[in-house]
Amino acid sequence: MSLPAVADPHQHLAARTRWRAAEIVFWLATLLPFWLAPSYLQLASQIAITAMFALSLDLILGYAGIVSLGHAAFFGFGSYTAGLIAKWGWGEPLTGLLIAGAAAGLLGYLTSFIIARFRHLALIMITLGLGLLLAEAANSATWLTGGADGLQGVRMWSLLGYFAFDLWGYVAYAYALTALFLAFLVMRRLIASPFGLALRGIRENAVRMPAIGAPSQSHIRKAYTIAAVMAGIAGALLAQTTETVSLETLSFQRSADVLVILILGGAGRLYGGIVGAIVYMIARDQFSGINPQYWYFWIGLLLVAVVIFLPNGILGGLARLSASRASAS
Amino acid sequence: MSAAALSIRGLDKSFGSLVVAKDIAVDLPHGARHALIGPNGAGKTTLINLVTGMLRPDAGSILLGEDDVTALKPDARVKRGLVRTFQINTLFPNLTALEAVTLAVCERRGCAGAWWRQLTDYPEAIDEAHGILTSLNMSESSHRPTHELAYGQQRLIEIALALATRPKVLLLDEPAAGVPKDESAQLFTAIAGLSEEIAVLFIEHDMNVVFRFASRIIVMVAGRILLEGTPAEIAADARVREVYLGSGRHG
Repeated sequence: MSLPAVADPHQHLAARTRWRAAEIVFWLATLLPFWLAPSYLQLASQIAITAMFALSLDLILGYAGIVSLGHAAFFGFGSYTAGLIAKWGWGEPLTGLLIAGAAAGLLGYLTSFIIARFRHLALIMITLGLGLLLAEAANSATWLTGGADGLQGVRMWSLLGYFAFDLWGYVAYAYALTALFLAFLVMRRLIASPFGLALRGIRENAVRMPAIGAPSQSHIRKAYTIAAVMAGIAGALLAQTTETVSLETLSFQRSADVLVILILGGAGRLYGGIVGAIVYMIARDQFSGINPQYWYFWIGLLLVAVVIFLPNGILGGLARLSASRASAS
Repeated sequence: MSAAALSIRGLDKSFGSLVVAKDIAVDLPHGARHALIGPNGAGKTTLINLVTGMLRPDAGSILLGEDDVTALKPDARVKRGLVRTFQINTLFPNLTALEAVTLAVCERRGCAGAWWRQLTDYPEAIDEAHGILTSLNMSESSHRPTHELAYGQQRLIEIALALATRPKVLLLDEPAAGVPKDESAQLFTAIAGLSEEIAVLFIEHDMNVVFRFASRIIVMVAGRILLEGTPAEIAADARVREVYLGSGRHG
């Protein structure tokens, strides 16, 4: 930060939203699995989907400070919507994705009226409760969801009528990565908007917001709906690329995992969910390879270590490191 | 004859058996510079909470100009021009001063809900926020996160956020709380220099400041208005001496 000359306020605010070289390198690097690790493309597409899910949680948790332990509700709802549309005979992926996103968004909009009234512990309980409600509803509605056996008979058509989903996951990863990148662009734009600033205001001080004339509840409803759309699209991607939907997409475990992923990577940092998803999913893949029964032990250890040594997540730690480098030189 | 900028009529509030406001009636004319004084626990902050909608009164009404705002939510009252600051800093620690004030400006202009355009697409809002900070001599530190700023500057952001809403009535809850004496005079000079269109009511304990900056003084004791008058009248009043000045603070 250059202290002597007081920067022009417009330049100061514009500088925060400029693309950095590291970002471009990062997104180019996401293409590497196509050549370097073709046998891991299925994993890579799962990572991209999880990253998108974590990105959607970041909007409400990292930016607006709304804690949720039931975010899988929207992921699973999107997943089942996309799966059912395909099962019932419409296997076109892109429209399926949009319909699933809209369905999850509608669910998000409806529940947001409850969410916007509460904070902190009450909010954790409410989101948890709503998530459990939906998971149990899906479990009991066997005729619709297939229950514990999962949704069978999902058949996807070729992407854009040309690229059939292959066993290795070339198309799946390209599809999921493209969707993630587009979702990221939306998030990036949203964060730099006046609305993004208002969300950070809610996170920083919910008491002050009404005192500057801000309708916090309507802001929260809007953010929650957008996050639900994004989570629903992520869930739909999973249903379409794996051609099945299981109850696990709605489970508490998935809600907890995505929270862990976001905190691991660094909440409120745009890339936190993506980095967290990469680290978490690869760690899980490796640990479960070493020790299929006890791999959660290592995940637990990783989480405790990160929270103790990097309280703002991996990206927070990196930011601190680069800041201390810059001040040393 | 136009109505007062703010009229408080017959305001009552109790928490159980504790009466915190009893039959409060205050008229704040346009352009007023009134002080609200009273011993600790007299109900001054509670009155501000009632007037701004952070607490619901048991009875009574609040009129802004000629509009009854008693039923409105706090943010809606702010939109109408009834604005407060806080005795204890109630700021946005990780936003820079410029971001925080720009946010308040955007909320007033109605652009804070825009999520598809960049903040930098609203240069007038940024200019206005920058102008407010400059008018409070804060332009040099406006790019630093609020929590990094000196305490006195944070007190100024309290006021800057309120000004960004373009208040008609501004209620300042001990704007100089915790600020050293010499800086508090500066702060009140800034307040005295506010536009004549803003009616100001401020709570303050330092009597020198009160007598210097207030044109009228309202004395509150135990949830009631004891009396209201010019500084000279208040200084001469025996009851005020007894309940407040006499047993009040020393040094």
